[in-house]
Amino acid sequence: MTSPVLTVDGLTVRFGGLTALDRLQFELSAGDFVGLIGPNGSGKTTFFNALTGIYTPASGNVVLSGEDITGLPPQKIYDVGITRTFQRLRLAPTLSVFDNLMIGNHRNLDHGIVANLFRRKRLKLEIEDNVEKSRLLLEQFSAPLASRLFDPVSQLTMIDRRRVEVCRALISEPGILLLDEPSAGMTHEETRELMDDLLASRERMPGLAIVLIEHEMGVIERVTDRCVVLNYGEKIAEGSYQEVARDSDVRAAYLGDD
Amino acid sequence: MKSERRSFWPVVVTALSAALFVLLFLYLEHEWEIALLAVGLVAVLFCSARFGLLARVETAASDHPRTTILVNVVSALLVIVFLREEHFALLMLATVFLYITICLGLTLQFGYAGIVNFAGIAFFGIGSYTAAVLAVHSPLPHLLVILVSGLVAGLIGSLLILPMLRTRGHYAALVTIAFGILFRTFLEVNDLLGGPQGLKVPGMQLFGWSLNDNISLGPLGMISFYASYAVISLLLAAGAYTLIKRLERSWLGLNLDAVRTDETAAASFGIDLPRWKIFAFTAGNCLAGVAGGVYAMMSGFIAPASFNFGDSLLLVSIVLLGGSGNPLGVLPAALLVVVLPEKLQIIQEYRLLLFAVLVILILRFRPEGLLPRRIREYYAGWGRS
Repeated sequence: MTSPVLTVDGLTVRFGGLTALDRLQFELSAGDFVGLIGPNGSGKTTFFNALTGIYTPASGNVVLSGEDITGLPPQKIYDVGITRTFQRLRLAPTLSVFDNLMIGNHRNLDHGIVANLFRRKRLKLEIEDNVEKSRLLLEQFSAPLASRLFDPVSQLTMIDRRRVEVCRALISEPGILLLDEPSAGMTHEETRELMDDLLASRERMPGLAIVLIEHEMGVIERVTDRCVVLNYGEKIAEGSYQEVARDSDVRAAYLGDD
Repeated sequence: MKSERRSFWPVVVTALSAALFVLLFLYLEHEWEIALLAVGLVAVLFCSARFGLLARVETAASDHPRTTILVNVVSALLVIVFLREEHFALLMLATVFLYITICLGLTLQFGYAGIVNFAGIAFFGIGSYTAAVLAVHSPLPHLLVILVSGLVAGLIGSLLILPMLRTRGHYAALVTIAFGILFRTFLEVNDLLGGPQGLKVPGMQLFGWSLNDNISLGPLGMISFYASYAVISLLLAAGAYTLIKRLERSWLGLNLDAVRTDETAAASFGIDLPRWKIFAFTAGNCLAGVAGGVYAMMSGFIAPASFNFGDSLLLVSIVLLGGSGNPLGVLPAALLVVVLPEKLQIIQEYRLLLFAVLVILILRFRPEGLLPRRIREYYAGWGRS
């Protein structure tokens, strides 16, 4: 009785004459781990951007647990519990790991001017709680990283930066996590490590649904329960990795027509 | 989580040596002495930043935020006591404190939120003119006049930021440049505000006490009336500094940093970009306006010629020179930029050129400024638990 948490119906994004995303149908249930694959320029990131309010869809609907969230601005999308990572890291390199995580925890923090400037004792307690929370979350990914909570992100290695970005998206305990090619710029080993961490942390967050954009088919095969394949903005296949890998349209899209 | 605090003695030593330096800088008259001091200051700051001395002082300071402010205010008061008879030195000192206040506002806008403001002096001017008009034409007590000067500057700023929200980067900067020039032209053609001749402003009255009177100490001599303005300006700067530091060490400062570093990422995590930009811009301009109100009453006369675009550039160069986003950097930078041209007559005429070259050198060789900003420390003992 898993009712879909997210239903995307006929989602279309156009840039001038180009249809980047064409009447996409997509469903996501609580606890799903879905892979989103397709050649370069097939509309994967466009789908994320349309979902998270960075692009405004030309038509179609996005419904989250019965609520229409089509075309809401990014801030509102975050508030309803959808967070994401970016293909090219979008961390603040000069800020500390903790600061970056707290940007991700925005909706759980008190942003009142009086509370921040004049109730310093109370603020300190709130900050201490969040230091603890950040430490626990980072430890699920990497204990050495947790000890670098107060270091600037610019001093971290690529894999640690990816971990911080994933943790920034997780710390607010979202319902849906969108991962835009987290393996970009990392070795196979590092990618494997990151995916293992992710699978482990998913155990602790029951109900969390993940959509993963990924080019490495080995990763997709290993971690996802279901795959959606895009090509030229259209969904050309959906099913388990084995099913889509056998699909003739998918093979044509990846390897050419003949 | 028990965290131990560092000793605050480095702060005391630094504050006292800074006070001694300021005293010499304002008191000495030979041009070669001044030049030597200025070069010495830059060298000392540069070296202590390089060899980690500065980090120790800043850590000590952030472990004792209140004591730090107190110690620095007291040492500044000592400087004022020593200079009690020197009209010109005290005027300069008061001007430095007012410039510090404006530049702390700019730090909030540019250093934190990333909004370039090339109209700093215009908001200072709005504060000045508001104070001039209210002090003559309203029965408001002068403390309130100064507060209202800040509010008016903030309010006009919050209108100006609305078109700026629709633009990014250079275009937002252009809006402020246009506003700065517009402001001066508006004053010059507006007869109600005195036109090019400007306005006379009555001296400040606080609780029945007129700040424009010299205080006679009988046989001990007298205290220049500028000493009172120096104290008021000092308290203003200290208050602004406390607020900016608290803001930086809170979620508010984090939100502004998020807006500056990456707007897309900030928006994706629920941060309301317009709200925080308006907040930073308005609060920063309020500080400039309050400083302007005090300035008007201190100088007794204001005219459009006091609010040039070039002065706005000097304000921006103070922030860049000191270290964008580090309120501490504003202090030595404001001192150098305000006092040096007054003391070195050779520079006076070429000061814009000189500071332009200085800013270019800084941006080329040390873009983080003399005193680079440090990682945010939310409370005393941060990161050492």
